[in-house]
Amino acid sequence: MSNKMHVKLNVNGQDHEFLAEPRELLIYALREKLNITGPHVGCETSHCGACTVTMNGKSVKSCTVFVAQANGAEVTTIEGLGTPDALHVLQESFKEHHGLQCGFCTPGMITRAAKLLEENPNPTEEEVRFGIAGNICRCTGYQNIVKSILSAASELNAAKEAAQ
Amino acid sequence: MIPAAFEYYRPTDMAGVIALLQEHGDDARVIAGGHSLIPMMKLRMADVPHLIDLQGIEGLSGITVTDGVVRIGAMTTQHEVIVSDALAAAAPIMKEAALQIADPQVRYMGTVGGNVANGDPGNDMPGLMQCLNAQFHLTGPDGDRAVDARDFYEAAYMTEREDEEVLTAITFAAPTGGYAYEKQKRKIGDYATAAAAVQISKEGGKVAAASIAMTNLSDTPVWSEAAADALVGTACDEAAVKAAVTAMLGDIDPTEDNRGPVAFKRHAAGIVLGRAILRAWSRA
Ligand SMILES: Cc1cc2nc3c(=O)[nH]c(=O)nc-3n(C[C@H](O)[C@H](O)[C@H](O)COP(=O)(O)OP(=O)(O)OC[C@H]3O[C@@H](n4cnc5c(N)ncnc54)[C@H](O)[C@@H]3O)c2cc1C
Ligand code: FES
Ligand code: FES
Repeated sequence: MSNKMHVKLNVNGQDHEFLAEPRELLIYALREKLNITGPHVGCETSHCGACTVTMNGKSVKSCTVFVAQANGAEVTTIEGLGTPDALHVLQESFKEHHGLQCGFCTPGMITRAAKLLEENPNPTEEEVRFGIAGNICRCTGYQNIVKSILSAASELNAAKEAAQ
Repeated sequence: MIPAAFEYYRPTDMAGVIALLQEHGDDARVIAGGHSLIPMMKLRMADVPHLIDLQGIEGLSGITVTDGVVRIGAMTTQHEVIVSDALAAAAPIMKEAALQIADPQVRYMGTVGGNVANGDPGNDMPGLMQCLNAQFHLTGPDGDRAVDARDFYEAAYMTEREDEEVLTAITFAAPTGGYAYEKQKRKIGDYATAAAAVQISKEGGKVAAASIAMTNLSDTPVWSEAAADALVGTACDEAAVKAAVTAMLGDIDPTEDNRGPVAFKRHAAGIVLGRAILRAWSRA
């Protein structure tokens, strides 16, 4: 039984259509069908968060979503947040505050952090730590990741105030 | 970690779901958030040739509080439980417990219905529902029925729900008094080594009523009537808490696993219950 289905996804504002087996995991559809390789496969068991994307406004682990479930969804990956020429505030902040070492966890970490700041623009350090608890980093010890996210939050808030 | 192939369906009404369940029997299962089922399918511990997605069914999610009765649709996510002001006011224990389940990403997907229907003794909601004396609303080929959470769990992954029935909602009377959900886990995102759900109401400085349920300390959640009885009528002093813990220890039946040997789990169960009682009492 390898019936393929038509899948429609909007990823980072672009519509895609392709054939896939329903059991294909969203992370593999993104990486292997659409060549969107920002989200990483760390554990494949729903534990590390390296595969985190935003799907219909929720932070999800794309290794734990069948592509069939995602059919019709809007997905944002790290590629949709910023570009090398125009980094997202969080990307700039991670760079500035040394919020990464090997970088493997970073796409998931930043995609999650973006959603966290959208829901809670003024988090405490504790709220940041709790909010990224689904993302594991083996390198940094989290200290600089938390610093990066807090700094991005104040920058975003300052920009918002200036705009008012 | 690729699951076996399956046929995927996304019906748009409940009749369609039930028809598929009837047609495929044992070979069919519904999927809600998928955060218990997909890991099991990846490990090939669950074989689901026909997978029926509930996301297209209207009216299965949402939280309402009407005349003191809380209703939570089966497809309501744990995240929605956490951010609901109505629920925080009517039954704050729900939020306290949901915040201790898994991690943010899992809580955006994981549903209350999936958590209680799953039948995994590690799930936190079943014990909580027993503490709250909730009713589970099921719909199937023979119509609708309600089952008390306290009668729903038979053994690990074995529940009162028939294969062809779908859980549509849970309801419970908004609890009164103090509450606490206390969970011992190895790290964020881990299932409980031991957890306790406690509701206590107070009158004239004494415990007027109490309800206590324990998680992951048997092959089903354990609602310990004896533990609650040990508190009623007391001033919730040290002796009463000790008596409640002793009574609870008579009702649980933990097994050894990677979270520790039986003696450790019994120890942890006593600690979490003691803490939960004191916190609930302080809020009563
Ligand atoms: C990393 C990780 C950590 C976790 N930690 C915890 C934790 O600490 N505590 C905890 O309680 N849970 C934990 N979970 C499980 C999580 O809460 C699940 O989301 C939840 O148990 C199941 O909900 P679901 O919506 O994902 O259900 P699914 O996975 O979709 O379904 C689970 C089962 O219930 C059945 N089902 C679902 N909905 C219905 C319905 N409406 N009617 C009838 N049957 C139905 C399905 O057929 C399936 O058999 C964790 C999961 C992960 C991946
Ligand atoms: S790869 Fe998805 S959580 Fe680790
Ligand atoms: S920077 Fe290496 S895992 Fe986080």
